Amino acid sequence: MALLQIAEPGQSTAPHEHRLAVGIDLGTTNSLVATVRNGIAVVLNDEHGRSLLPSVVRYRPDGSVQVGYEAQAQASLDPHNTIISVKRFMGRGIKDLPDVATLPYHFVDAPGMVQIKTAAGVKSPVEVSAEILRALKRRAEAALGGELIGAVITVPAYFDDAQRQATKDAARLAGLNVLRLLNEPTAAAIAYGLDNAAEGIYAVYDLGGGTFDFSILRLTKGVFEVMATSGDSALGGDDFDRRIYCWILEQAGLHAVTDHDKALLLAKAREAKEMLSEQPAVRITAVLSSGELIDLTLTEDTFNAMTESLVTKTLQPCRKALRDAGLKPADIKGVVMVGGSTRIPRIQAAVGEFFGQTPLNNLDPDKVVALGAAMQANVLAGNKGQDDWLLLDVVPLSLGIETMGGLVEKIIPRNSTIPLARAQEFTTFKDGQTAMMIHVVQGERELVSDCRSLARFELRGIPPMVAGAARVRVTFQVDADGLLSVTARELSTGVEAHIEVKPSYGLTDEEIARMLQDSYAHASEDMAARNLAEARVDGQRLLEATRSALATDGEALLSAEERAVIESLVAALERALAGDDLKAIKQATDALNQGTVEFAARRMDASVKRALTGHRLEEIDV
Amino acid sequence: MLDFNRNHFELFGLRPAFRLNRSEIDRAYREIQTEIHPDRFAHAGEAEQRLAMQWTARVNEAYATLREPFERARYLLELNGVQAMDARNTAMPADFLMQQMAWRERLEQAKAQADIASLQGLDQEVRAQADALERELAELIDERHDYAQAAETLRKYRFVDKLLAEVEAAYDEIEG
Ligand SMILES: Nc1ncnc2c1ncn2[C@@H]1O[C@H](COP(=O)(O)OP(=O)(O)OP(=O)(O)O)[C@@H](O)[C@H]1O
Ligand SMILES: [Mg+2]
Repeated sequence: MALLQIAEPGQSTAPHEHRLAVGIDLGTTNSLVATVRNGIAVVLNDEHGRSLLPSVVRYRPDGSVQVGYEAQAQASLDPHNTIISVKRFMGRGIKDLPDVATLPYHFVDAPGMVQIKTAAGVKSPVEVSAEILRALKRRAEAALGGELIGAVITVPAYFDDAQRQATKDAARLAGLNVLRLLNEPTAAAIAYGLDNAAEGIYAVYDLGGGTFDFSILRLTKGVFEVMATSGDSALGGDDFDRRIYCWILEQAGLHAVTDHDKALLLAKAREAKEMLSEQPAVRITAVLSSGELIDLTLTEDTFNAMTESLVTKTLQPCRKALRDAGLKPADIKGVVMVGGSTRIPRIQAAVGEFFGQTPLNNLDPDKVVALGAAMQANVLAGNKGQDDWLLLDVVPLSLGIETMGGLVEKIIPRNSTIPLARAQEFTTFKDGQTAMMIHVVQGERELVSDCRSLARFELRGIPPMVAGAARVRVTFQVDADGLLSVTARELSTGVEAHIEVKPSYGLTDEEIARMLQDSYAHASEDMAARNLAEARVDGQRLLEATRSALATDGEALLSAEERAVIESLVAALERALAGDDLKAIKQATDALNQGTVEFAARRMDASVKRALTGHRLEEIDV
Repeated sequence: MLDFNRNHFELFGLRPAFRLNRSEIDRAYREIQTEIHPDRFAHAGEAEQRLAMQWTARVNEAYATLREPFERARYLLELNGVQAMDARNTAMPADFLMQQMAWRERLEQAKAQADIASLQGLDQEVRAQADALERELAELIDERHDYAQAAETLRKYRFVDKLLAEVEAAYDEIEG
């Protein structure tokens, strides 16, 4: 017989359902998934107890896919079909890749983003990344015993809009509901800050496999505020590997090597580099496909000398971020070291020297990002603990549009806090001009040609006027994921031509739908069932949100009639959710959404008022 | 109902003054964000989330204006009916312009020679003038309420502020 349950006084009788949410560190070299369990963030291991998933995907001729260690083991045997460090290709065209020559892949130059020809067909980096995410999703759902309501996915802070958009697309393709794209150093700061109850100004130095980020944060009473961020989205451990690789070729007098040998020597180079973090010299041996034997000894001094310029290169973004934040190295209370490459002794020394203090290494540099992401996912999923915190992050690179003469007019300067919207007015150049080309760019340089082009669109239907009379307002909006959307409208005549663009690197919804359909064809999952499940989650979520809003504020903010209307919409949604009719669920959800707009506005106003009275009182005698 | 159009100072519960303590602005900002940030509404209905997003964007905009001396002064003048940056107001004392030109030449030189030390020297000089102009603005706006005169000072300040931004950019360029 089941025992009767009795709730604690003052608690709701409905047991608070823990919503399954995870944080995913989608790394260049390694990926991880973590969650908050019983209030503690933990990394979820695979069935062999391994926490890392190598970010390696291998495509087989029969269309099957291997991910992780399995794929990594085949890298040098099947170099063309085994994709390593795919993160470096996200949102990038072929001309953006500096090292195509050392890569064994058959690239296809597609508009926007490169693609790779594999035994299983041409794959975009978004699809390859989606395989990694799918593997982690499966791992998490097996470990947690249920479907995830969502995930926080981390991205390098210095990722531009195209790279972020590509990451979000990959997550959607993997069937993940993205709660937030979170900057990697910010995730690390959350994990570090909460673990150590840190207050003050901290820096995060994150050197991973393919990217470098440096962020400065102010931690005050539960608020994590990013003051400045900088970095290099194409600098990491891979570059150190390549220096060793080139050194091997040089020492052995090799010129051209096969793709198999390339992959083999790169793996050997990485192994040697990692061993040098523990010992002063390392022997490198390999047998090439020609039968030739490589046998070399690399000392730490030689390694340091050949990589010194890479180490120095990481200090430039540090200087830049300090300048942007108006700080000196001595103002930094602690430098948190993140990423596998910070294990290199020379890196530790250089950072220590630059900041005049011993860097902080008390968290596992491989896991800290995933743990921080899990903590944020837990908050965003609505599993609130007592200690709540707030994150205020920034855009890493300035956003602007092209003006006369190929110059950039900045609309949003780098390090602006997100989410944000900013508008600027422009006018026509010629008499009678009825269209305007709007070219959206990202970057710090003055010339359009030196910045990254994000999108181009044309605003048509401007009434003919003399030059300079039209007023076109261009609005940039950056959401909490750091993603941009742009709107333009002509104001002077009241005629509103209105257009909204997402930067061109993102996939359209149709493309995602098609790719999803394709992947389900393989996994033999049912698209319709999936849609129904998603609609149910949305409906359930809204239902809970509305019930809790009614319970807290219904009395104070609604008249009896207003409340009755909302309650009837709630009841209608409950009825729909009891059935299996997708359309009915969607309609009832929409209706409740519509019906609570005014209530929501009143609740927001109440929040703002509360915020104001909070500090007004203290300010009276200032 | 709260007015979405209340001015930035009212929104932050601050006196409308040029002389504001940066930490006062920061504290007000953090307190408001704590209540209205979209993450606070992550599990709320769609409408509330959208509103939270709009409010936060609005508060971030106010913060960006209040914390930058130039933007704050321009905004204060605007509230007092003076469009300081009106394109017709371009007159500037000759000696002031000469000084600006001399500084700009030094900037170009420092850039061409990648001379960090001379860039730092220039940085200090320009910053000193910016500070002096800020003090002048504070007096004109907060004490004398002479907004027309303040507008003139603000136009000078803009020159200096822009130059400082270019000095910053030059550091980036030289140091890579
Ligand atoms: N002991 C070590 N010494 C030197 N380098 C190491 C060591 N251990 C790991 N690395 C390097 O760290 C890198 C991987 O670090 P990490 O897992 O943090 O990167 P990632 O998160 O996958 O990449 P990113 O954050 O750039 O996307 C690899 O280049 C690896 O060779
Ligand atoms: Mg990483």
